[in-house]
Amino acid sequence: MEEESDSRKINNSFLRDHNYATEADIISTVEFNSSGELLATGDKGGRVVVFQREQESKSQPNRRGEYNVYSTFQSHEPEFDYLKSLEIEEKINKIKWLPQQNAAYFLLSTNDKTVKLWKISERDKRPEGYNLKDEDGRIRDPSTITSLRVPVLQPMDLMVEATARRVFSNAHTYHINSISVNSDLQTFISTDDLRVNLWNLEITDRSFNIVDIKPSNMEELTEVITSAEFHPRQCHTFAYSSSKGSIRLCDMRQAALCDRHCKYFEEPEDPSTRSFFSEIISSISDVKFSHNGRYLMTRDYLTVKVWDLQMENKPLETYQVHDYLRGKLCSLYENDCIFDKFECVWNGSDSVIMTGSYNNFFRMFDRNTKRDVTLEASRENSKPRAILKPRKVCVGGKRRKDEISVDSLDFSKKILHTTWHPHENIIAVAATNNLYIFQDKVN
Amino acid sequence: MSATSTAMEVNAEARRILAVSISKLYASRTQRGGLRLHRSLLVSLVMRSARDIYHASRESEAPGAPTPQEPMDSSPSSEEQKQLPPQEAEPAQTEPQCALSPAPQTAVEAEECACDSEITEDKENMSPAARQSRKRRSKASAAPDFLPSKRARLEPGEERYAAPLGSCRVGAAETHGDLHQRVPGHSDDSGWVKTTEIDPLTGTRTETERPWKFEGETGSVS
Repeated sequence: MEEESDSRKINNSFLRDHNYATEADIISTVEFNSSGELLATGDKGGRVVVFQREQESKSQPNRRGEYNVYSTFQSHEPEFDYLKSLEIEEKINKIKWLPQQNAAYFLLSTNDKTVKLWKISERDKRPEGYNLKDEDGRIRDPSTITSLRVPVLQPMDLMVEATARRVFSNAHTYHINSISVNSDLQTFISTDDLRVNLWNLEITDRSFNIVDIKPSNMEELTEVITSAEFHPRQCHTFAYSSSKGSIRLCDMRQAALCDRHCKYFEEPEDPSTRSFFSEIISSISDVKFSHNGRYLMTRDYLTVKVWDLQMENKPLETYQVHDYLRGKLCSLYENDCIFDKFECVWNGSDSVIMTGSYNNFFRMFDRNTKRDVTLEASRENSKPRAILKPRKVCVGGKRRKDEISVDSLDFSKKILHTTWHPHENIIAVAATNNLYIFQDKVN
Repeated sequence: MSATSTAMEVNAEARRILAVSISKLYASRTQRGGLRLHRSLLVSLVMRSARDIYHASRESEAPGAPTPQEPMDSSPSSEEQKQLPPQEAEPAQTEPQCALSPAPQTAVEAEECACDSEITEDKENMSPAARQSRKRRSKASAAPDFLPSKRARLEPGEERYAAPLGSCRVGAAETHGDLHQRVPGHSDDSGWVKTTEIDPLTGTRTETERPWKFEGETGSVS
């Protein structure tokens, strides 16, 4: 059972009472940092908003730490590629945190073409007592200075500033779909449709191309890379998923160019379910290693699959997210919903997996008990601090009172991006331009 | 009877999906952020399945009927006016050049052009006389009525661009670094241009490669 804490509307538009979402405010990625203290969201307008968890106060032990806005900054701006006459969208595709090594926080954010390393630091002291300028910053007349003093650091209101420390650009011809920080904390990969590039966090003018699936004749192109991720423990291993529904595990020690995979995970297609859209729905939209590094999870349009790294020919577990959509693929193709890229996420102990669906529903699957639940992220249907009620989609026949029929699902309300706190049962769910944070109920 | 009507439904469904797919490809041209390779690839795969089913059902309906015109997506690249003519579905008549690739590859080509990839033929620099007239004139080649009809290519003797290579058209052609031929051993951005010249008297084709040059500049494009 989950309890809903305050949901924060991060719509900065002056049209506060409107019912539609300003497109720039649509959240495009959410990510907890490795301690769970911070939660970052990126939106279509290129902004990053970072939330910080309140310290739990002794005076209110029942009030769990809530997330408040900590920092907001414009990460990417729209750009124009003059050579190709193309506009480069400022939408933040992915944010990945670096583990904290000092007082400042670091994150990587990327749009279609450029990755940036941002440093978020606090400033709560200010030097006062300069000799050559007064408190307002005006230069003092030297003839009025009669004595020297040493500036002293005085406390000030906390200011959180974000500065771009590195800009990793001009390495991708195609659109970046994912980034992943290596467990060595020195390198990271950025992935576009056809290539994976390896960067050193310190070096911005050079990257190594480690996977290149571009055919010499583009007409022979049959698959693209949809996502890539480093293994959480082994700094030489990474996996990438393809639009054909396969995952390749690569070892960087084998060769400089990792075109030959170590392992190839693919489930043979079931010929009985073949349709016009079989290829589209088998395209993997997200791949995530489990925290313990033994499993891989993939999300395609209708299912989530958990793969054992030791078994390549079929997944360990397959969960149906919204199989009732299988008969509606044609209309979902026409309204473009079939191209939606849903993400999937593990909980901290790798026992529960979660992914989003339509109508602001999201689904959780408990791998041990094999139970699943459908929950809804909406203000109308749940009040703050209320326990979320499980929802059910009625497939056919008689609809019960609380059920919702497939035809009444709102396909414009989709939950593509979710994230789970690394240690606790706190989840963040992005529903268009709203962010919902849910926590476990406290007794 | 029911088998035929089912085949007809399948046929109609395939046609509808084809039409929807083509309109998606057109719409994606004006999308912000440029053509999305993944999406274009998926749409072209759907088009290919629909096309195969469409032809299969037509064959089963009326075996021996003239092969229908394959619906074509005129290459959408706005930078390069690469027009691809409608093509017969008959595999026996596949043209030697990449330009007449069927619909699924068109989307890829469009993305390719927009994404600074190589093409295997330097169409724009071919002299008009060199191009064979690939337009089919038979009745069966009339485009299906659900597709927009447009003249897909220039007739022999017409010239789209009078300007010679390396002149003020640099901006348009250079936008995706297109006019270079991929040669094994060369990198993507080698900046080599392959030109095919046809001697009008003898009809011999000579293919040469040289670095792409801006007017007034030397060296290759990087």
